[in-house]
Amino acid sequence: MLEASTLSLILDGISWILISIGSLFLVVGGIGLLRLPDVYARLHAAGITDTMGASMMVLGLAFQADSVLVVIKLLLILVFMLFTSPTSTHAVAKAAQSSRIRPMTGPTGGESSKS
Amino acid sequence: MTRAALLFVVLFVVWLLLSGHYTPLITGLGVASCALVAWIAHRMEVIDRESHPLHLGPYFLLYLPWLLWEIIKANIAVARLIIHPRLPISPRIITVAASQQSILGQVIYANSITLTPGTVSLAVEDGKIDVHAIDEAAALGLETGEMDRRVSMIDSRHVGAGK
Repeated sequence: MLEASTLSLILDGISWILISIGSLFLVVGGIGLLRLPDVYARLHAAGITDTMGASMMVLGLAFQADSVLVVIKLLLILVFMLFTSPTSTHAVAKAAQSSRIRPMTGPTGGESSKS
Repeated sequence: MTRAALLFVVLFVVWLLLSGHYTPLITGLGVASCALVAWIAHRMEVIDRESHPLHLGPYFLLYLPWLLWEIIKANIAVARLIIHPRLPISPRIITVAASQQSILGQVIYANSITLTPGTVSLAVEDGKIDVHAIDEAAALGLETGEMDRRVSMIDSRHVGAGK
């Protein structure tokens, strides 16, 4: 038997956790975008913001929605993002290949972290 | 014609979920516009098994939780690489086999690879996918071929159920 106030406290807590995790991954994605050496490696950082960052934010918001319809709309946004983001990522990768940008290979630990 | 009817049902369900206004007039307009769209799509002959792959639904729903779990694990792995002080990445290009028979299956596989952080599909051709992997672990994870096998399972439903 949960009282309404307890329930809303639990929902707030879940939102709080999910949005914090989402924010953390968004920040890490941003750091990765700056730290990683070339366009191909940076796509992986963009992938973090697209998947984990966005999903956790949307899920966190879903627990704050006041009706089922809003939850469904938020989940639809998530579904569309999960369908479209690989397509745009692939477009960037393909464009980079077409402009003959050669991907860096091999271990790079050390030098690129200074900047 | 059955596919057009199915398209209408799908459109109308989405309309119901997004609308939130259920007066007779508004709902009637919703029905009319969904029917119009289904009819136009039917006339344009753009409704086929590839554009409207409803038959994959159940198998796709089985695949999705596995994919989401892989994405979470990969996210944590790549996030660790990024915040590691020495940035211990070791990017490489690998080629993996895409054993799916249909184009749709290969697209699902390539998109799954890209969606998983640490691996990005660069090019798909002749049943092979060039993948940019951020380190050895990401490359090895893909080379086990488990994702390929799982997508092939969805794909066999697409090909096997007849054209």
